[in-house]
Amino acid sequence: MSGHRPPVVSADNPFAGVRGPTVLRQGLSRPGAHGTTLAPQLGRTRVRKGTIMLGYYVELALRSLKRSRGLTALMVLAIGFGVAASMTTYSVFRAVSGDPIPWKSSRLFVPQLDAWGPSTLRNRDNEPVDALTYTDAMAFMRDHRAKLQSAIYVIYPSIVPSRPGEHPFNIGGHAVYAEFFPMVEAPFKFGGAWSDDDDRQRSAVAVIGSKLNQKLFGGENSVGRSIDVDGKNYRVVGVLDNWNPQPRFYDIQNTGGFSVAPDELFLPFTRAIESGVANDGNTNCAKPPKEPGFVGLQRSSCVWVGYMAELDDAAAVTSYRSYLENYAREQQKAGRFNWAPNYRLRDIPAWLDSQQVVPSDTKVSLLVALGLLVVCLVNTSGLLLAKFLRRSGEIVVRRALGAARFAIYAQFLTEAGLIGLAGGVLGLVLTGVGTLGMGLVLPKDIAELATVDLPLLLMTLAMAVASTLVAGIYPTFRAARLQPALQLKSN
Amino acid sequence: MTLHPILAALRKHKAGVTLIALQIALTLAIVCNALFIIGQRFASINQPTGLEENDLVLVSQQWVGAPNADLPEGVEKLDAMFKEDLAALRNMPDVQAVTSTNSLPLFTSSRAGSVGINPGDGSYDGTSPGTTRTSYFFFDEQGIAALGLKLVAGRYFDAGEVQHYSLREDRPPAVIVITKAIAEKLFPGKDAVGQVLYVDGTATPSRVIGVVDRLQGAVWAKTFAWNVVVIPARQNGNFSRYAVRAKPGRRDAVMKAIPSLLYGINPMRVLDEQTAVMSFEQIRNNAYRGDVGMAILMGSVSIILIGVTAAGIVGLTSFWVGQRRKQIGIRRALGARKVDILRYFQLENFAIASGGATAGIVLAVALNFWLMRDFGMDRIPVPWVMLGVATVLLLGQFAVFVPARRASTVPPVVATRTI
Repeated sequence: MSGHRPPVVSADNPFAGVRGPTVLRQGLSRPGAHGTTLAPQLGRTRVRKGTIMLGYYVELALRSLKRSRGLTALMVLAIGFGVAASMTTYSVFRAVSGDPIPWKSSRLFVPQLDAWGPSTLRNRDNEPVDALTYTDAMAFMRDHRAKLQSAIYVIYPSIVPSRPGEHPFNIGGHAVYAEFFPMVEAPFKFGGAWSDDDDRQRSAVAVIGSKLNQKLFGGENSVGRSIDVDGKNYRVVGVLDNWNPQPRFYDIQNTGGFSVAPDELFLPFTRAIESGVANDGNTNCAKPPKEPGFVGLQRSSCVWVGYMAELDDAAAVTSYRSYLENYAREQQKAGRFNWAPNYRLRDIPAWLDSQQVVPSDTKVSLLVALGLLVVCLVNTSGLLLAKFLRRSGEIVVRRALGAARFAIYAQFLTEAGLIGLAGGVLGLVLTGVGTLGMGLVLPKDIAELATVDLPLLLMTLAMAVASTLVAGIYPTFRAARLQPALQLKSN
Repeated sequence: MTLHPILAALRKHKAGVTLIALQIALTLAIVCNALFIIGQRFASINQPTGLEENDLVLVSQQWVGAPNADLPEGVEKLDAMFKEDLAALRNMPDVQAVTSTNSLPLFTSSRAGSVGINPGDGSYDGTSPGTTRTSYFFFDEQGIAALGLKLVAGRYFDAGEVQHYSLREDRPPAVIVITKAIAEKLFPGKDAVGQVLYVDGTATPSRVIGVVDRLQGAVWAKTFAWNVVVIPARQNGNFSRYAVRAKPGRRDAVMKAIPSLLYGINPMRVLDEQTAVMSFEQIRNNAYRGDVGMAILMGSVSIILIGVTAAGIVGLTSFWVGQRRKQIGIRRALGARKVDILRYFQLENFAIASGGATAGIVLAVALNFWLMRDFGMDRIPVPWVMLGVATVLLLGQFAVFVPARRASTVPPVVATRTI
């Protein structure tokens, strides 16, 4: 009888004392209304039923869970580990597959142009290499067909601190055009970007990151001050706020997408080329440059310049595509390319995808962890089945006393939900531990991105409860299908 | 004991049996592939680089306001600075040998191209017959001594053969040393020493004077990891690298002394606190960090999986034992020995696990195909699958033992009780 709530007959009930057969008959004749009092109070009881019954089911569930501590612990552990493994790997996956500039990524485009032709180094799908030659990048800048655009290359020059006694150091950054800053919406703390005039006049100006500003100027407004880059003076025109978008969408080629160290120095592309600030990124060649030196590289067919353009609507994209087509055709006519136009124009999400920014290890880990979760669910399902069917006697007595199938469903799903909740809480702890552990085992660039935040925690709990409920459906269905007459007789 | 009564009894527990078998199948599929991934990662981690890795240190530095390497006089000045550093490092009391270099095996940066047995047309070509892709290392006359390479044929460079030129200039070297991997690929069945190769599609021959047993390329050069051509040259640019071999056990002392030594020669240079002086151990750890991480992750998942599945088997079998107490009692009363009851549950588990394992083999292969198609994994060899099968079967037997033994202790008198 432990599973059945005794009829409520309270002292202030006008029908107090009327008990026994009457109450029982009421219960049996109206399945589902078990545990209620007599008809005149029907309205009130119906309101109270929902609230009271849930509390009652929770109490029943707790009692049942306590009765078989071992089995309960097994289920909670399984759910906890399964959910934690999934969420830990998901936190890494989420970090690396995120959109770094969601409000604008579909309007930023990376053009690719085949400057090599069908050579032996070509990859599948006739895909042009992932960067431009200096010649083509400069032609694109000259023609200026997008709303905003910039050629980009990696620099890693030395900085000499003005304070005596301090050693010089290297700083990573990019050589870009003025339009780069509004295009990628880099946030400024002090000052701003240099002007288009500075680009044309190859001015010795610089935009620095907040960390470099902290290191050189103690974090104060350094606009107008000068810094020593590779032994030459540059005037600071802007200081960026903390800004380190991941994946680094404007330079996937050289980072693979992720870099712990933020870009701390931006110089005008034109100035950097003129001063011979070396390219520190990848250089890919189909043929070795014919002439030596940095100038030789600029004249070669080697690709090492990145490019990004902002195209705000479909018409702009179409017209930019035809521009690329025409440009490639002209090169073909001029005899520079002896192959048909082969170009690509991808927006940021498509570009990140084509560059395979999400490491396959991350995907495999997530897949395997989800597999683990499925096994944990199958496991929980089996254990719940055993647990529920062990209580056949209790179930059929409840049913015989008038509990509807629905009530059995509610009772056992409540129990499953409670296990899920406990598993979820354990999962929260383990996810925290797991994410910390990831920091120790993953490459640093990626590990630092995997963080625990509120949405992740809520997801962990929700996933634990939801998946345990799913696991509980079949056992509950079996429990609710038990035939009271048959079972009571056999017992 | 035959299987027949066991299978007949299992038909009464279709759902529980299916769930356990499904769990075993999934566990097998995942554990097989996870173990295979771990095995592959460790295989690549355990590959020797060809270097004598202990006591080896890589120094990377950059001069500030360095002479322009694009001008001939700049190259001469840079080389003088280069040689000054080399001499100072070689003079250190705890140092055995030092070579100039552009990179080392497993390091992040390196230079790659292609070599062929025929004169090229000025393009890189590493795929046609008689050509191959390769990494380049630029060592001087102390290369072998500093790195501990094993020369298997011919000889190594002498000081007179070591050139120097701008970093951004390509000069076909007169003499080269190649790895055995290249020698076997381009000169199969022949002695490579004395043959010529054409570097980066040039038409100027480079003569092979020696072959080293083994030398690995940079961390990213995975598809042609063992193809390396050593060029006897110092590359002059605004930065330089030195590979330093410390005397046995003196590595840390050497690493500690290097920054102040170099700053003493010329303070206008960059020596990054983290990366300027690195032991080869650090380079190796960085290179394989991802692989070790993946192996740990796969290992953890496998352990959890095996634990969960074992727990599931224990739980369900315990439940069945509880359900069948009366039947067990009857069997005991009819003369079954304890060991017969024990065998019954063990055999029953074996039947279920075998069914699960059969389905699991199919799932494991399917999962492997998926990983091969989408994530570039290799085909899983049959022994790995068999290892997985053995694992889950043994796991089942271990897990079932405790509840099965409890079943065997059910006294025959239970049969006579009504409930």
